[in-house]
Amino acid sequence: MTFVLTEDQEMLRDTAVNFTRDELPVKHLRGLRDNGKNGVDPDARQQLAELGFFGVLIPEEYDGVGMGMVALGQVMEAQGRTLASTPLLQTACIGASAILLGGTEAQKKEWLPKIAAGEVTTALALDEGSHHNPTGVATEAERDGQGYTLNGAKKYVQDGHHTDVFIVVARTFGEPGDTHGLTLFLVPRDAKGVTVQTLNTVDSHGAAHLTLEDVHVDEAGVLGAPDKGHDLLEPVLDRGRAALAAEMVGSSLAAFEMTHEYLQTRKQFGQLIGSFQALQHRAAKMFAEIELTTSCVAAALSALDEQRNDTAELASVAKARASETVHLVSNDTVQLHGGIGMTDDHESGFYLKRARVQEALLGSASFHRDRFARLNDF
Amino acid sequence: MPYDTPVDLDAFRTEVRDWLEENCPPSMRTPMPEDEVVWGGRREKFKNPDSKVWLERMGEKGWTAPTWPTEYGGGGLSREQAKVVDQEMARIKARPPLFSFGLWMFGPALLEFGNEEQKKRFLPDIVMGKTRWCQGYSEPGAGSDLAGLQTKCEDKGDHYLINGQKVWTSYADQADWIFCLVRTDNTKKHEGISFILFDMESDGVEARPIKLISGSSPFCETFFNDVKVPKDQLVGEVNGGWKIAKRLLQFERSSISAGGFGGLGASGALGPDGYAKLHVGTDKEGRVLDGDLRGRIAEHLMYAKAFELTVQRTGEQAKAGQEVGHTASILKYAAAKMNQDKFELIIEALGTEGLGWSGQGFEEDAIKSTRGWLRSKGNSIEGGTSEINLNVIAKRVLGLREHQ
Repeated sequence: MTFVLTEDQEMLRDTAVNFTRDELPVKHLRGLRDNGKNGVDPDARQQLAELGFFGVLIPEEYDGVGMGMVALGQVMEAQGRTLASTPLLQTACIGASAILLGGTEAQKKEWLPKIAAGEVTTALALDEGSHHNPTGVATEAERDGQGYTLNGAKKYVQDGHHTDVFIVVARTFGEPGDTHGLTLFLVPRDAKGVTVQTLNTVDSHGAAHLTLEDVHVDEAGVLGAPDKGHDLLEPVLDRGRAALAAEMVGSSLAAFEMTHEYLQTRKQFGQLIGSFQALQHRAAKMFAEIELTTSCVAAALSALDEQRNDTAELASVAKARASETVHLVSNDTVQLHGGIGMTDDHESGFYLKRARVQEALLGSASFHRDRFARLNDF
Repeated sequence: MPYDTPVDLDAFRTEVRDWLEENCPPSMRTPMPEDEVVWGGRREKFKNPDSKVWLERMGEKGWTAPTWPTEYGGGGLSREQAKVVDQEMARIKARPPLFSFGLWMFGPALLEFGNEEQKKRFLPDIVMGKTRWCQGYSEPGAGSDLAGLQTKCEDKGDHYLINGQKVWTSYADQADWIFCLVRTDNTKKHEGISFILFDMESDGVEARPIKLISGSSPFCETFFNDVKVPKDQLVGEVNGGWKIAKRLLQFERSSISAGGFGGLGASGALGPDGYAKLHVGTDKEGRVLDGDLRGRIAEHLMYAKAFELTVQRTGEQAKAGQEVGHTASILKYAAAKMNQDKFELIIEALGTEGLGWSGQGFEEDAIKSTRGWLRSKGNSIEGGTSEINLNVIAKRVLGLREHQ
């Protein structure tokens, strides 16, 4: 496991931090919200593509830069800092990983260069209830003449309101709850029978409910081995969880820094409020939590690159700890700012709202505690 | 044996492996019962005779203090080489040959602040485990406010004369020597403190064990009544002891953190998850039946994992030349919380089995866990209270101002 960045990784981090700070600050998200854009910005997508961010995981032979998860984590942390609404988690991490790990050579050749270039975005359509549950899939895929027919509904698909291609998890065998019998399908947004219901979400990033009604997918659209989708899904989800956890560390750090700044400027009783011990201790505890979580995220990312056998456990530790940390920090950010933290003019609320979405995506702290306990045999 | 850099680490590893294979007695590769821990010094009895052999061999090699310079008895190894020794010892489950405040706290401070003669005089005996040191810091009136200490040290021309009282002196009744903070100037607070060393068998020294809520007595009250100390036993400048004291506290916090309070004793050996499985029971799929407890245990174990990874990350960053001084207080704070949470969960998982004190009707391990739980309450007090550590984080790391 390595906790120190290489020069290339540091350069990528600096590029990403500067880019999100200058081009996609929280103000930008506020603008998208106030103009009814629901977190969607085609120009930003173009810029991300030019910077090579979509291709961080994609090998050079498919036109990416092939730098790995630690590197992608740096970009995610940078976007978390400013709450930037981008397709990176779904496309550069989850979509690219699903195709890389499960795709045929033909699928890789078809999709990966387009993803790296920012021409195609993907969104994983997995969960059907309001809690993350990778085996709880009821959506059916039935064999037809030249492929499969899909029927079912998916909830709160991140990026679902603007993505080009859905990666739909459907059941080709068994019952909801079974690990066996899942299959992944590439379903273009404009396929016949696909209905997208756009959602206005609390974090202003948007999302979508998805309905699939007799949607036909031919053999070329099957991703990975039929019925064995769970084996592909787990490592893909773990990459997503680690990347999302990196984003959450970025959000926690930025909210903490904003609060830290306020403690050193706001005066009450003729004193800087940061001189009050009750507040100093809250700040110190937040900082300690962030430090501990940072180590977990770095370890998970690094373990994924090294393909260690404890990646699942570390991904769950990273996501659970990041959820607890961003929860604490986002709440304390509002509280320590006092009244101004309750106003829409201030950025505290943006961090609070985004935090709860981050916490829920790809499994809450509670989900990952349960998974961690299973992995550790208790 | 010279260890001039650069050396081939793989070759070194082979060398270490061969040496350990030949020199580590078989019984030193088994789990260590609490009463076989070796603290060294004049009173050491070596309950297991092999532990004496093991200490002598490791001490001769300098590997009890692998990174200290060879001229002071150390191993003269680089950090990388020391890590190899650690790894190879862990591989064969070799016991640590010596537990020692000299190795963990006093030695590193003396290396930085002692003069040549002091280093030559004191360090080799620490390496060999011949001198057991104790720490004279806290006083009845100076706990968290350590710099408020009052133990008086007067210059009597050819010697110093010490009068006063220390408290929470770990193992003072077993120690040979003490490193002690004393007041050499009453008119200033921090700038009136000196760092001095003396033999615990000097006339006028008395150590009385204090019984803790756990029933054990690892600490003493220590009294100094007209104790005469030779002048060459003051370290650094007169009135310049605070700087040394603080540096030593960093070593103390790091050594506490590195072990996570886990080094001493074997109580709570199964971990909260193990006790929960045993005493609460499991369902068909092997899950602990009490879902609420199970979730809290998972949360705790994740915190412990985060702690372990942070120790690892800090080590790597230090090696890469990055500034990590700020993490000592964070890790000390976290280690205390982690160990206390662990024991609270163990006691909860044990149920009434965890509520025994002594005698029959309770497993020996359960009683140890109960005692361990009580002892853990001190973790957030000793070596800097958690509140003091939060103050340090707020002021020194986050730069928040003092209240006016």
